[in-house]
Amino acid sequence: MPPATGGGLAESELRPRRGRCGPQAARAAGRDVAAEAVARSPKRPAWGSRRFEAVGWWALLALVTLLSFATRFHRLDEPPHICWDETHFGKMGSYYINRTFFFDVHPPLGKMLIGLAGYLSGYDGTFLFQKPGDKYEHHSYMGMRGFCAFLGSWLVPFAYLTVLDLSKSLSAALLTAALLTFDTGCLTLSQYILLDPILMFFIMAAMLSMVKYNSCADRPFSAPWWFWLSLTGVSLAGALGVKFVGLFIILQVGLNTIADLWYLFGDLSLSLVTVGKHLTARVLCLIVLPLALYTATFAVHFMVLSKSGPGDGFFSSAFQARLSGNNLHNASIPEHLAYGSVITVKNLRMAIGYLHSHRHLYPEGIGARQQQVTTYLHKDYNNLWIIKKHNTNSDPLDPSFPVEFVRHGDIIRLEHKETSRNLHSHYHEAPMTRKHYQVTGYGINGTGDSNDFWRIEVVNRKFGNRIKVLRSRIRFIHLVTGCVLGSSGKVLPKWGWEQLEVTCTPYLKETLNSIWNVEDHINPKLPNISLDVLQPSFPEILLESHMVMIRGNSGLKPKDNEFTSKPWHWPINYQGLRFSGVNDTDFRVYLLGNPVVWWLNLLSIALYLLSGSIIAVAMQRGARLPAEVAGLSQVLLRGGGQVLLGWTLHYFPFFLMGRVLYFHHYFPAMLFSSMLTGILWDTLLRLCAWGLASWPLARGIHVAGILSLLLGTAYSFYLFHPLAYGMVGPLAQDPQSPMAGLRWLDSWDF
Amino acid sequence: MWGFLKRPVVVTADINLSLVALTGMGLLSRLWRLTYPRAVVFDEVYYGQYISFYMKQIFFLDDSGPPFGHMVLALGGYLGGFDGNFLWNRIGAEYSSNVPVWSLRLLPALAGALSVPMAYQIVLELHFSHCAAMGAALLMLIENALITQSRLMLLESVLIFFNLLAVLSYLKFFNCQKHSPFSLSWWFWLTLTGVACSCAVGIKYMGVFTYVLVLGVAAVHAWHLLGDQTLSNVCVFCHLLARAVALLVIPVVLYLLFFYVHLILVFRSGPHDQIMSSAFQASLEGGLARITQGQPLEVAFGSQVTLRNVFGKPVPCWLHSHQDTYPMIYENGRGSSHQQQVTCYPFKDVNNWWIVKDPRRHQLVVSSPPRPVRHGDMVQLVHGMTTRSLNTHDVAAPLSPHSQEVSCYIDYNISMPAQNLWRLEIVNRGSDTDVWKTILSEVRFVHVNTSAVLKLSRGYHGSTVWNVEEHRYGASQEQRERERELHSPAQVDVSRNLSFMARFSELQWRMLALRSDDSEHKYSSSPLEWVTLDTNIAYWLHPRTSAQIHLLGNIVIWVSGSLALAIYALLSLWYLLRRRRNVHDLPQDAWLRWVLAGALCAGGWAVNYLPFFLMEKTLFLYHYLPALTFQILLLPVVLQHISDHLCRSQLQRSIFSALVVAWYSSACHVSNTLRPLTYGDKSLSPHELKALRWKDSWDILIRKH
Repeated sequence: MPPATGGGLAESELRPRRGRCGPQAARAAGRDVAAEAVARSPKRPAWGSRRFEAVGWWALLALVTLLSFATRFHRLDEPPHICWDETHFGKMGSYYINRTFFFDVHPPLGKMLIGLAGYLSGYDGTFLFQKPGDKYEHHSYMGMRGFCAFLGSWLVPFAYLTVLDLSKSLSAALLTAALLTFDTGCLTLSQYILLDPILMFFIMAAMLSMVKYNSCADRPFSAPWWFWLSLTGVSLAGALGVKFVGLFIILQVGLNTIADLWYLFGDLSLSLVTVGKHLTARVLCLIVLPLALYTATFAVHFMVLSKSGPGDGFFSSAFQARLSGNNLHNASIPEHLAYGSVITVKNLRMAIGYLHSHRHLYPEGIGARQQQVTTYLHKDYNNLWIIKKHNTNSDPLDPSFPVEFVRHGDIIRLEHKETSRNLHSHYHEAPMTRKHYQVTGYGINGTGDSNDFWRIEVVNRKFGNRIKVLRSRIRFIHLVTGCVLGSSGKVLPKWGWEQLEVTCTPYLKETLNSIWNVEDHINPKLPNISLDVLQPSFPEILLESHMVMIRGNSGLKPKDNEFTSKPWHWPINYQGLRFSGVNDTDFRVYLLGNPVVWWLNLLSIALYLLSGSIIAVAMQRGARLPAEVAGLSQVLLRGGGQVLLGWTLHYFPFFLMGRVLYFHHYFPAMLFSSMLTGILWDTLLRLCAWGLASWPLARGIHVAGILSLLLGTAYSFYLFHPLAYGMVGPLAQDPQSPMAGLRWLDSWDF
Repeated sequence: MWGFLKRPVVVTADINLSLVALTGMGLLSRLWRLTYPRAVVFDEVYYGQYISFYMKQIFFLDDSGPPFGHMVLALGGYLGGFDGNFLWNRIGAEYSSNVPVWSLRLLPALAGALSVPMAYQIVLELHFSHCAAMGAALLMLIENALITQSRLMLLESVLIFFNLLAVLSYLKFFNCQKHSPFSLSWWFWLTLTGVACSCAVGIKYMGVFTYVLVLGVAAVHAWHLLGDQTLSNVCVFCHLLARAVALLVIPVVLYLLFFYVHLILVFRSGPHDQIMSSAFQASLEGGLARITQGQPLEVAFGSQVTLRNVFGKPVPCWLHSHQDTYPMIYENGRGSSHQQQVTCYPFKDVNNWWIVKDPRRHQLVVSSPPRPVRHGDMVQLVHGMTTRSLNTHDVAAPLSPHSQEVSCYIDYNISMPAQNLWRLEIVNRGSDTDVWKTILSEVRFVHVNTSAVLKLSRGYHGSTVWNVEEHRYGASQEQRERERELHSPAQVDVSRNLSFMARFSELQWRMLALRSDDSEHKYSSSPLEWVTLDTNIAYWLHPRTSAQIHLLGNIVIWVSGSLALAIYALLSLWYLLRRRRNVHDLPQDAWLRWVLAGALCAGGWAVNYLPFFLMEKTLFLYHYLPALTFQILLLPVVLQHISDHLCRSQLQRSIFSALVVAWYSSACHVSNTLRPLTYGDKSLSPHELKALRWKDSWDILIRKH
């Protein structure tokens, strides 16, 4: 990593973004650097000690990195059981190793990397990752945890370098590094098999490389410029590839790029061709490259996961035909639907699933007390239905009868195979969607009433056509009420086993919710055909998996009795998350930010807004600021503004999200908030020292302030470190507890 | 002194006849046959019930918007002498003779009519030509959707009126700013901006969008003012202060005033009482206040009380018990204590009565003098009808197995002792020695043996808090007598007045927290369908003929409005890029006019339209109307700009004018063609109706026989 010193002198140049870049530049600007150092540094190093300074610079970076690694890797193996979401992401890592297909709401890169780390460290993918608290025993889990901790450790040096570049001040960078190193929350989150350290690694890498290429702006199209620009693109692809939260950093880089291009466009000394080159370079590195990489991760994902697994049902029938082990893979089934066929019926809308019924009745007060009909995403015997003629109950599979195909417009009955009840609807309101009719299973041994009759229709076909398996898009129209069988996509409460609601909708609008296709088809009297023709192309797979992920994400709604974390809880560190253990005998880990750090961050945001607006108003009123103050306020407005934008983008969108939210969603924003704190306090202390320059001890104020902040953070870490490294023994109320007296808020459960 | 007699008395009136004509035409189009149809049309069924509540002065709670909108409609009813007696239950129901339909529909119609001349004024204040201003007003005049919406008892036209008023008065203020700051008219228009903004917010929460827009434009202008170094610091400060008072303080005060008037108007208890807290209900006349009148304030040992869960959701409920016991074995195989069930019951019932008993004594009556219960006291709660006491123990609760079961203790002699001691904690106490007060105190019951807290299992924190609703001092020793006492209603009086702010904050909070289940509606639509008018709403169908009213826009105006917006955006981008390269196509003043018009009109469209993409509630076409009005204002601006700056020669200009006239006549023609669906005055034949169905997605009702 090239040193990012820069003598981008905020004081002497109006635009820090047009600062110097790379070591050569630093040398070229050596004189300025020294002058700058004289002006700023209270220690006044001797002129000519540049070599010494460079060594010191590297040493500090090494120290910060080392400390970060040491804290993250300390006691990494404890507890030796599954903590919190390790149960998901560890399991998904195993899926990659076993190459079984699964479904998750996040893009695949993070889990792929976890799987890779596990594979390389000798984990064989046999551990089940059933539930939090299960012991790992002989299974090798340190590779995966170590990988996450490794990425998590880089956050601190990245933040350090970013702040250094934005503020050109070692003390600001050091303060930021200390805040992040000593934050128990960041520490805890980096120590387990989770997506967050990976996500934050890419976010911070993108931020760092963006800041670096900004400061290379005076030497466009040079090697470092290209390097940082394309590295930004790569990191963006990484961030988006881990979680969709990566979109926020993409937005930030996008805004920065637009501002940058706008500035270049207004520079009349540049020809339009040059501006065009700039634009092309950015399009290539920040749009084309990330997209290509992002697509590539999906390609790898689908290539690796070639076996059928628990995620099959979320995807369309055509998609499933790709997966070995799936009953549609290399399968051959009868092509045309005939009476007596046993079938599964799948909704065409993604992530709705199969038409399903089971031996449970709708509860009292919800429509008629008849058997429930739902949709269910997983493959199951209860998804099987027999297609029968509406007027006879004879067994059409009887070899003495000729095969009779089902045709478009026929009136049929669907009998549930396991329970022998007919698909039925009537004028009762549906359980969740009050304006639709209820759909039930009715009748005994296939004998019901006229409410069991449905007309089967193929979309966009003429009457009399046969119905094809998988290909035909069909609708079921209830004969008596004229409504259409559909799924509303709403999750039923506990009594419906949290499966999705099936209704009969009287509104005949053509939506995918009411269109179905036949997936499995068993009929011994018919010849089979091969299904290979159905294989979808890669763009189709990509599109489909995104639709499924987006639906899955918005489907993560808070359940009835569940306590949900609200975004306003987060910055005030209102409540943490239990990673492991509840009782006083357990090994307990509690994800909670170091309150000293977090509350300092909160205070800093308010202080920043205040001081920033004072400076902005003063400048707008045309106040003449002394050179030193002008330089510092530039750092505050530009550098701080960049970071504040990051915080805003990574925090406020959560207020608009309907899905269930957790405390750990705040951590990317917290990184930006800590960087802001570093920049703010350093600048304020410098301003303070400048204001009191006549006072003999004025120089000491800055040093003393920074030192006390560093020491204060370190001490608070000493107090709160059991949260992250684990605690055993009585809970915090007990004076014997390691956390005695530290439960400053009642809402903290430790 | 008598000098004025020596000169003739002269009154010079400057009457802009076009403004008068526009107002006249606006009134004509909106007020013509206003009482037709004399039946409930679409959402009148919804707003009507609230008008009735106002007329009867009954308290209600509506989450759709602040009360000012309902009050405006109710004012119409008040002026027409409506007594509120009408059953608002069905769209299409014939109005009875006591409903003053004309005056009920008058205010929205007036607001809609006045929007026409206001559009004229706004374009004029943006410094565009008289012709452009006429164009804007005429488009407003013939827009079918606006006409339909104004002629009924609905709120959108009033909202649009205040939106336009806010923009207009801000522009007037801004134009005053240049030559005569702090003059009388400057103050007037500034204040009016604030007032109009708060009225818009008071009609519907949607008004916030326009308020934000005006605030944003004002902030940018104030920022420019800050940069004006010819003004002294004091002067700038005064400017900023005046704006802050007019645009921030006045709206807040007015908003509170709406609620103040609302709470004064509706002071009787009504069907929505139950949602509110006991203290709030007690402040209403009748209802709970009648029951709780005269009940003792301080709860004493021996008091008979009903305990209401403070944050019970979705409906409030009272702690309840009855003879039935928990089943020995649940369906899933878990066992229970088989003791008496304790539940939370959402209806008033004699089984909701509990007696507060001192654990150290045996009597269930209040001693004299009464010994009040204080924070931290140990109590037992004895169920009035069964005299069993509230108990909890280490048995899993029926539905939440992680919590303890709560029962009324029955001694089965099976070495399961009673654990029926509870410690009282008053949550909102002033000091540690506070007395437990009826209605006012929010209390928590902490079980002494297990330090568990009595909780309603739905929800989170709040549901552990209870308050006493009905209360009386028990007097009967005997169980029989006591049962009779419990059955007799509690009576009698101290009205406990809540402060206005407490009532306001509770009401506002409940309005925002109330979630009506968003069911799909036959005519609901998505924002994307609005721009191109892919949807309509059938408002009313004549019971016998096929005369019908639809919310259906003038498609020529909608499409050209969207086109104008796109042209505006593209042109602005083009100019911006050129200016950045130091090519100035427009003179400075024309550029500033162009930007300000865009900020208000295109910005108005954006803030009133784009937020709907983030909303999860059921949306209808009429939500787009405020955005549409801003689009209509933008249309003539763009047209004039094209004619002034893009047409190079006189010939081109003439051709363009001719095209504009042709386009406007086609808009008039469309408006006239759709008129039967706007006014619903003419019954069309099925054939004619089919001919009007220009888009497949339009739902025009055709009778089959």
